[in-house]
Amino acid sequence: MSKRWIAFANIIAKDVRAYYLKPPNISWGLIFPLAWAGMFLIRTGRGFEDVYSILGGAVGIAILFGTTSMLAVIITFERRTRSFERLLLAPIPIWLLILSKITGAVMFGVAGAFVPIVLASFVSDLSGINWLALAAGIFLTAVASGLIGLIIAISVREVFEAQTISNLFRFPMVFLCGLFFPLEVLPLPLRVVSYGLPLTYGIDILQGAIRGTSLMPIGFDLLIITLFCMGLLVAALKTANSKLII
Amino acid sequence: MKALIQVENLRKHFGEVVALDGISFSVDEGELFGFLGPNGAGKTTTIKILTGIARADSGKVMVAGFDCMKDPKSHQHLIGIVPDESNLYPELSGFDNLCFCGALYGMAGYQRKARAAELVEAFGLGEIAHRKFGTYSKGMKRRVTIAAALMHHPGILFLDEPTSGIDVASARKIRQLIADLHRGGVTIFLTTHYIEEAERLCERIAFIVEGKIVRIDSIKNLIESTGETKALLVSVDAATCDLIRGLQREFSEFRFTWVGDGKIRVEYQDEISIAALVNFMESQGAEVTEARRVLPSLEDVFVKVTGLDKDLMQKDDAKQ
Repeated sequence: MSKRWIAFANIIAKDVRAYYLKPPNISWGLIFPLAWAGMFLIRTGRGFEDVYSILGGAVGIAILFGTTSMLAVIITFERRTRSFERLLLAPIPIWLLILSKITGAVMFGVAGAFVPIVLASFVSDLSGINWLALAAGIFLTAVASGLIGLIIAISVREVFEAQTISNLFRFPMVFLCGLFFPLEVLPLPLRVVSYGLPLTYGIDILQGAIRGTSLMPIGFDLLIITLFCMGLLVAALKTANSKLII
Repeated sequence: MKALIQVENLRKHFGEVVALDGISFSVDEGELFGFLGPNGAGKTTTIKILTGIARADSGKVMVAGFDCMKDPKSHQHLIGIVPDESNLYPELSGFDNLCFCGALYGMAGYQRKARAAELVEAFGLGEIAHRKFGTYSKGMKRRVTIAAALMHHPGILFLDEPTSGIDVASARKIRQLIADLHRGGVTIFLTTHYIEEAERLCERIAFIVEGKIVRIDSIKNLIESTGETKALLVSVDAATCDLIRGLQREFSEFRFTWVGDGKIRVEYQDEISIAALVNFMESQGAEVTEARRVLPSLEDVFVKVTGLDKDLMQKDDAKQ
């Protein structure tokens, strides 16, 4: 393994050990998806036979909140305690540092996404799921959410600022990406906004993979969310280069 | 001697505030170079630019042959950094922090464990190495931070205020460590606002005030350049007025003053023969027990060169 990749692997291992495996974060990763799944079940009023209809949304919410929250907290905390400076002083390029931080958050988001899936497997038959599309949807949604969280975390100095700004992005996304209301019932201006959000495509992939029906073709969703990820990555690198080395 | 660090006309501003106003200096290989100035003078900004975590507005910065203006991170594999505040991970133990720092420089697992164990031994961290870093005292944190900076055997070490805010005993240990590292051939760039520390450790010093370097020289030259009268303090068993009158007659180019407690102060401009003085005194029946030169201190030089109040640095100390 080259020296850079030793550093990369150890940054992830350190983040997992120092942050992601801490009991409060594990409970956040478990309780949050559970609470959302329960809320959806109560909303439908049809009990466990309706698990298929809510599973995509619960998975999407778990990824969005898991990745953005953790990155916002970890990066702003490390910048406050100046331990992030330790990473900047190391002979690793900024892109690799960003990649290591994103990878940890994506791993946490993906793990969180499987909490509602595992629970659903106890009450429902999940044999109809397109697992390949589901895995791709989970991964790309986690990457897009993680990059949004990273850009926010680098742009602010305090944890509370990061959380407040994250919520400004997260809640409109939750309401406009087709989780609560089908896109076709939204007024036209809001529908236009919806199509500008990466989560819309991520949720459409998840729902298509689980229920077998999606608003747009899954291939198109995958293409668009991949483009979103690439755009967000470029934005994250630009932000990191301008904000981290001043 | 090869210059490992070369800085020319370096400028940096933060908004309206000019942090560095065209500073230039160089540090030779194996040298212990001091950067002395009050808080807010530009010391930390300079060290941040030299270590690749800040960008300069203009100027030239070369470290070990790498152009830091083109790529601020190009030379980071060759340098070790001890920041003004410990920046290791409070959740990890001292030993794990050392290993993690080794990993950041691409050291393999067995290499970093062996090196961390070696540094734990060398820095006397044995008892606490496996306790969480967050539970250490400030002095202990600083020692582990210095050890972390040495994990990858850097040839150049940047120390930013390494003894500020820690107790006297820890500060003494850290100064000893710095002196040992210097003897071991490491090039050291040290920023401090402790004048005595700079005087004790450094070979050359730059005085920086409000983003400008006002003087760079060796300590010897700095002190001699003040042009102040040199002095000698001679202790005798029985100093009398007759002895002082006799000395003044015999050595009219010098000025003799009785300072009490059996001591005579001899002031001179150029050179003095201590042997001639001692012989004369003993011929007059006095026994000389000690004769030593009294030099102006670096603090006197700092005040003279910078025009700053001596208390300004002491106030900085009090803030820590």
